Amino acid sequence: MSNGTMVCKLNGYANGNSITGKSNGISNGTSNGSSNGLSNGLSNGSSNGKANGLPKGLSNGCSNGLSNGLKKTSPGEESSSVKLIEEYEATPFIIIVLCYISYVILNFFGHLRDFLRNTGIEKNKCAVERNRPGYVPLYSNYESFYTRNIYRRICHGWNQPICSLPGTTIDIMDRDTDDYNWTFRFPGTTSKCINMGSYNYLGFAENVGPRADEVQESILKYGTNVGSPRHEFGTLDIHHKLEKLLAEFLQVEDAVVFGMGFATNSTNIPALAGKGCLLLSDELNHASLILGCKLSGATIKVFKHNDMTDLEAKLRQAIVEGEPRTSRPWKKIIIVAEGVYSMEGSIVNLPEIIRLKKKYRVYLYLDEAHSIGAIGEHGRGVCDYFGLDTKDVDLLMGTFTKSFGSAGGYIAGSKQLMNHIRLHSHSFGYASSMAAPVAQQILGVLKTIMGTVGDGEGQRRISRLARNSRYFRQKLKQLGFIVYGNDDSPVVPLLIYFPGKIVAFVAGAKKLGVATVGAGYPATPLIESRVRFCLSASHTKEMLDKALEVTSILGDKFALKYSRRTRNTCNIEY
Amino acid sequence: MEWLNWNSITSYLRSSLGYHILLEAFLLLIVVYLMFLRKKKSRRPAKLSEKEKQLLIDEWKPEPLAPDIPSDHYALNPKIVTSKYGKHIIVDGKKCLNLATHNYLGLSDEKSLEDAALNGLRKYGVGSCGPRGFYGTVDIHLELESRLAKFLNVEEVILYSYGLSAVASAIPAYAKKGDVIFCDEGVHFAIQKGLTASRSTIKYFKHNDVDDLHRLLIEQEKFDNKNPKLARVIRRFLVVEALYMNYGDICPLREMMELKKKYKVRIFVDETVSFGVLGEHGKGITEHLNIPIEDIDHISSTLEHAISGYGGFCAGTTFIIDHQRLSGLGYCFSASLPPLQVAVAIAALDMLENKPDLTEKLRSNCINMHQKLSRLLSCRVHGDPISPVKHLRFSKELSSYDVETEQLEKICDHAHQKGFALAISRYLDEEVLKNRPSIRLLINASLEETELTEICDVIGEAFDKFIIL
Ligand SMILES: Cc1ncc(COP(=O)(O)O)c(C=O)c1O
Repeated sequence: MSNGTMVCKLNGYANGNSITGKSNGISNGTSNGSSNGLSNGLSNGSSNGKANGLPKGLSNGCSNGLSNGLKKTSPGEESSSVKLIEEYEATPFIIIVLCYISYVILNFFGHLRDFLRNTGIEKNKCAVERNRPGYVPLYSNYESFYTRNIYRRICHGWNQPICSLPGTTIDIMDRDTDDYNWTFRFPGTTSKCINMGSYNYLGFAENVGPRADEVQESILKYGTNVGSPRHEFGTLDIHHKLEKLLAEFLQVEDAVVFGMGFATNSTNIPALAGKGCLLLSDELNHASLILGCKLSGATIKVFKHNDMTDLEAKLRQAIVEGEPRTSRPWKKIIIVAEGVYSMEGSIVNLPEIIRLKKKYRVYLYLDEAHSIGAIGEHGRGVCDYFGLDTKDVDLLMGTFTKSFGSAGGYIAGSKQLMNHIRLHSHSFGYASSMAAPVAQQILGVLKTIMGTVGDGEGQRRISRLARNSRYFRQKLKQLGFIVYGNDDSPVVPLLIYFPGKIVAFVAGAKKLGVATVGAGYPATPLIESRVRFCLSASHTKEMLDKALEVTSILGDKFALKYSRRTRNTCNIEY
Repeated sequence: MEWLNWNSITSYLRSSLGYHILLEAFLLLIVVYLMFLRKKKSRRPAKLSEKEKQLLIDEWKPEPLAPDIPSDHYALNPKIVTSKYGKHIIVDGKKCLNLATHNYLGLSDEKSLEDAALNGLRKYGVGSCGPRGFYGTVDIHLELESRLAKFLNVEEVILYSYGLSAVASAIPAYAKKGDVIFCDEGVHFAIQKGLTASRSTIKYFKHNDVDDLHRLLIEQEKFDNKNPKLARVIRRFLVVEALYMNYGDICPLREMMELKKKYKVRIFVDETVSFGVLGEHGKGITEHLNIPIEDIDHISSTLEHAISGYGGFCAGTTFIIDHQRLSGLGYCFSASLPPLQVAVAIAALDMLENKPDLTEKLRSNCINMHQKLSRLLSCRVHGDPISPVKHLRFSKELSSYDVETEQLEKICDHAHQKGFALAISRYLDEEVLKNRPSIRLLINASLEETELTEICDVIGEAFDKFIIL
């Protein structure tokens, strides 16, 4: 993961479904002097239409080689090869050493204090079990050691309650602690911050406006509860409307919706695979996907994050060897991957996966939780971003908690497959179906994104988000931070490595008016703690500049500008 | 010089003779080992050439992702609802009295819940746009958690955004591989999935059979006595439902508590149906049977049934519940419950606290209905008289499962025409069923005496008509 820039070659991937006759560039007038040959290369070499559907970066006049998520290596060449650039700047060695030392110190003091607690010198503030003498201890020692001695020290960086809409700005309730984070009290004040923590990619977390008004009507008409699964009486007409529109948006035959994104994965993968099937899962897949794979009873193999060579090797090996022990051929093989990885900010190498999938006749389950709405020229997710046909992905999954500002999840694909899911999905059979206001919010947003209402509002937001993402990421890199992932991804992980610095950064940023979130072990590798910014279409340039300024101040204060790369000194245009 | 040399050499040889033998023995062992290994290897297929591999790959025929399915399946032709899920419900264009969806206290129609939802919408929007850890905690999440904790008289409550995932996330947060879970064989599907996810050893006992549970516990004790080292680390859990969704009967919890204490197992009680229903104030089975709530290790329930909202929750001591805030998968890795749904649940809780006659009315409706249904000839009612969930079956077993289902479907259609919504209790194919098919009748507090009589008449008439003698 931390071995320099990862470059994946995408050779002639479009596999005969090229979309022709589209001009490139998100056309909002920022193409000043694009000397990097991106737009040239795209229009020159596309004799076979391959290059047409490529993601279109904003050319911003800076040709520093890494500024575009996709670059053409040799414009005009016969077989146009395109590079998907995902950056993982190597961790400086000294940082690795210091980081481990920091964990050693934390562990040392943890054990010391445990010793003091056990001898009764220090008061034990942990919750202890009462009235259960003689029972086998409920928690393993290691688990509780981590929570007690490391997490507790820094836990005020998470779970901060808010008391407003999770919109462009949020009101965070201030918390105080008198006992080093064992308990909190609320003095009743709030801090207004620019919200760079919520997954409000398109800015549809709204409480006024036409969509909110429609939601209000739906509450009056349908109420807020359902109390019945889809197999019984849980189907509202609005669910059918939503499923139909969603299929149209995704350009597939059919779609089904569920009340929770997490459960969409964990309760539907078991309906698709079972004993004798193989699931090839990306190592950084979300917990819900992993749980779904486990519950299915199928064999699970993990491939390196976004590493297509590894995936192909594992695929070949699996098909050749068959099931372990019996060597029986696999019934089916499903690749399970995400569109945009929320902890890495990387975009899946979809063209290559689709090539492999076709070559080996395996299936693909793609979780677009963070990419649907947020990526692609029309907000249709990674397929749109790469200009690929959504029908090439067997199962398109996504959630409505992010770009849609609502709740729930969906699966989309062929009619037959969706019917199979309708019959066998656990959620469909047993869980209360999606509540009406939640469904209505999604419908409203979908219509806006598709442009049937709102006068191009949806398209404006999508372009705005793309612009914000590129601007913010490039600026951060210019400031000397190590930022992971793809330049087009709206999730921006900024590496700070040390566990202690996570909370220093998050708390510091909050004081200066910017809300961010931190992530550390076990959500990330031990020495790769990071803070994460989620961009939104509702952020203005001024807000981004303020956030950058704050980040830079904190970066100097806590020595976070680790990057050893030569910095791009050009002016980065918004 | 020579002499000295000779001497030293012979003494060296003599002393090293032992080593020699050792060395030779060692070499021999290696030879045997290699031969053995060779033999083993030769049994394995020879290494495949690239060409052969390619051939295997070309020959591989995967199964289709989805098999062909019958197009007349009920899941593909659902009844469509176009109204609130209240006392009445519009199904396929016809207004019916609703006996098919979970709304025990009849709160769906309450104006205060609607107002709460609208206020929530206008303050917080719809989605929370993040998990609880990442600014997805809104002030009213904390309020609802502490209100529920106070209502149940427990230390802590944790909210989930989906009823199904509360118990399914809670069980694997504690029970791990190697642990033992004793579980009633009649538990509902979400619990079954929680059990699978835990990867523990699951021991099912017969539904509501305390003796059978005792037998399993004694077996376990014998095993523990033989393996005292293992016994010190194997956690033991007992998982039951308070009021069984698939049976409508109540768990003999008092007897189970005795066993629990004797054999030191932790008990997880699922109150999906019983929360808001059992007990004088609707606090669930502990209130109903007068069991101290501290004795229960873990309670899980839903906000989708009696509360008429959305989501689920778990309750217990801080020591137990707090663990889920870092280990409950559905809690940590999913966006929090939409704030407007939280507002609805708070409003419903207000109703529950301020109107104790609601649960009283529900209870009397349930008992009343039960008595009426017991008098029918072709229809048998299953479940406890005070349960709002009643399973209706033919009094006599028909020729097969499918025939019974078909006849029950006709009964539902008949009732629908008469203006009553009845639902067959549906199960997925993969669930191993212990029961004959049934109509799951759901009683709520807003039904009146005359309506109960009407319902009973229609049911009786339909069962008489469609029973195949
Ligand atoms: C990749 C992925 N899948 C699924 C989910 C779960 O979605 P939801 O929050 O709607 O339950 C998430 C949420 O964080 C996610 O990142």
